[in-house]
Amino acid sequence: MIRFLIRGLLRDRSRSLFPILMVAAGALLTVLLYSYVKGAIGDMVDSNARFDAGHVKIMTRAYYEMADQMPNDLALLDNQAVLNKLSRDYADMIWTPRIKFGGLMDIPDAQGQTRSQGPVFGLGVDLRSPDSSEIKLLKLKQSIVRGRLPQKPGEMLISETFAQKLGLNIDETATLISSSMNGSMSIHNFTAAGTVRFGMVALDRSSMIADIEDVRLALDMVDATGEIVGFARDMMYEDNHMIQVVQRFNQSYQESKDEFAPVMVSLSDQTTYFRDILKMADSIGGIAVGVFVFVMSIVLWNAGLMNGIRRYGEIGVRLAMGEPKGAIYRSMIFESICIGLVGSALGTALGLGVSYWMQYYGLDFSSMLQKSTILISSVIRARVTPTSYYIGFLPGLFASVLGTMFAGIAIYKRQTSQLFKELEV
Amino acid sequence: MRTLNNTLIFILVFIMSCFQAWAQQPSAETILENVDRNMSSQNRIFKSKMVIHGRRGSRTVASRSWAEGDEKAFTEYLAPAREKGTKMLKLKDKLWMYAPKTDRTIQISGHMLRQSVMGSDLSYEDMMEDKKLTDHYAALVVGTEPYDERICWVLELTATTKDVAYARRKIWVDQERAIPLKEELFAKSGKLLKKLELKDVVRLDERWFPKRMLFKDVLKKGKGTEFIIDEIEFDQQIPRHIFSKAVLRK
Repeated sequence: MIRFLIRGLLRDRSRSLFPILMVAAGALLTVLLYSYVKGAIGDMVDSNARFDAGHVKIMTRAYYEMADQMPNDLALLDNQAVLNKLSRDYADMIWTPRIKFGGLMDIPDAQGQTRSQGPVFGLGVDLRSPDSSEIKLLKLKQSIVRGRLPQKPGEMLISETFAQKLGLNIDETATLISSSMNGSMSIHNFTAAGTVRFGMVALDRSSMIADIEDVRLALDMVDATGEIVGFARDMMYEDNHMIQVVQRFNQSYQESKDEFAPVMVSLSDQTTYFRDILKMADSIGGIAVGVFVFVMSIVLWNAGLMNGIRRYGEIGVRLAMGEPKGAIYRSMIFESICIGLVGSALGTALGLGVSYWMQYYGLDFSSMLQKSTILISSVIRARVTPTSYYIGFLPGLFASVLGTMFAGIAIYKRQTSQLFKELEV
Repeated sequence: MRTLNNTLIFILVFIMSCFQAWAQQPSAETILENVDRNMSSQNRIFKSKMVIHGRRGSRTVASRSWAEGDEKAFTEYLAPAREKGTKMLKLKDKLWMYAPKTDRTIQISGHMLRQSVMGSDLSYEDMMEDKKLTDHYAALVVGTEPYDERICWVLELTATTKDVAYARRKIWVDQERAIPLKEELFAKSGKLLKKLELKDVVRLDERWFPKRMLFKDVLKKGKGTEFIIDEIEFDQQIPRHIFSKAVLRK
């Protein structure tokens, strides 16, 4: 019977080709939509992670309580020892220290008097060590507008907008007035090596980036760091995995009562904003499936109805020959399962292919994001996850069966007494 | 037994003194004038050190200061090595800072005057200004209390001018020496900002003066800051150049 039905489907292409193409198109779109939205949200999360939160971040407990205020007086000491331990215990991750600070940037005139001044947000990162990952992480080379990356001690990058506002040119000196780790006022000279634009207003408004050793010197933070950020080596943030890393790390300091003991927090723990984005990323699969099942069911219901009209005579003859209505209904559902399986497999395969292509190349939105204020890359890429492999498959099958079930109800409305009259036509 | 006797005698003396004091209580203005006579001067030159008891340990910052009223002040830091040579000049509501490492003189905006000095519990105003209480506050005697084994008037001070850091103060004034032994400093909202204890009161010429003050900024975690005066001279001839910007780069 099964072979008979499959042979029927193969021989009568009008019965199978259109529904298979419909299911395949739906599955393809579902896989692509899911993978691309996942990629776009992942990209937004990635930008925030790169510039601020890391995939995980280590601070002292006291610093974490007031992290918004960048309290460097509560910074993590013995930075190198902590980094060594992290590199040993969590070798599958990238670890890098960062110091965030606020202050005033003061530009002198020829007499050394204040020419211009403005509040600055600063970031001290590892720029000069040979194995530094920060230039890639912060995409500094791509962000340079004028000048070059800092190469010598005392050099800095300053945001292009801020440099223009202050009237600061390349190779000119600027004085940072900030607060040292001890709370003393610290005054330190930096030379502008280059200007940068990240395409993110929050960073471009008034920021500076300098090598962490220079910032340590300026803020009197010998072997100290405000934060150590950690990243998965493939730069893909997996919340569940990072939560496990966090739990494992924090467990080793559970007994300590020291307010300066290190504490690790994941990206999603740092702000509710991230948790909401991640929740959205999680629910996007459900939304895509829901839309697909709803739309495809209607389309396939309609296709089933049209098919029913086309096969009106065939079903009438089968009923006239005594085949029970239930058996005909079941055989049509079986046909739809076969169509759903083939269509979903085809659509998923095509969807994965396109998604992988989009994951590699992405779409360049740079012309549209010229004035963007959100932390997102200009090239937005898809992201294929294990879910991408089945997200279009099951709903493709389900929609096909559901559409046939709706359309097949018409079989039960046929009156046996009128069959011969209908068949005479 | 002897301690008990001493305590009983002190309580007895205190109660008797309270009755006596109540009978002869001077006005709040008079108490405040007496306090100003001890604590304020036309000018002062002092060498001091701040022992800052932070959350991570203590550190000491030494400095030499010249101050004239609440408009002119100059401080040069002597230690630690990182701060040595840093100079600050305050003229009215303007503050300039000179850092030898950068050879820059930088003007700091006025609101910085209420910020912490070197991470201590003192603000620049606390450290550099010498304001007469009678010029800025109206006082009210609200009671008599023993403090640090001294009998004190308890005064509540309310600011009469706008340019003060603390809108309200509660001070415990030693009745015998007219010197505050304890202060609570409040914001306009009524929020307690700082607590101050004045210790080691000594006789210097015609005045009583505390050589050690314990500041505690209650908004900061930490164990407070000791401000210790090593040397102090009142009403000296201060050369005019001390309060000029030229002195910063010298």
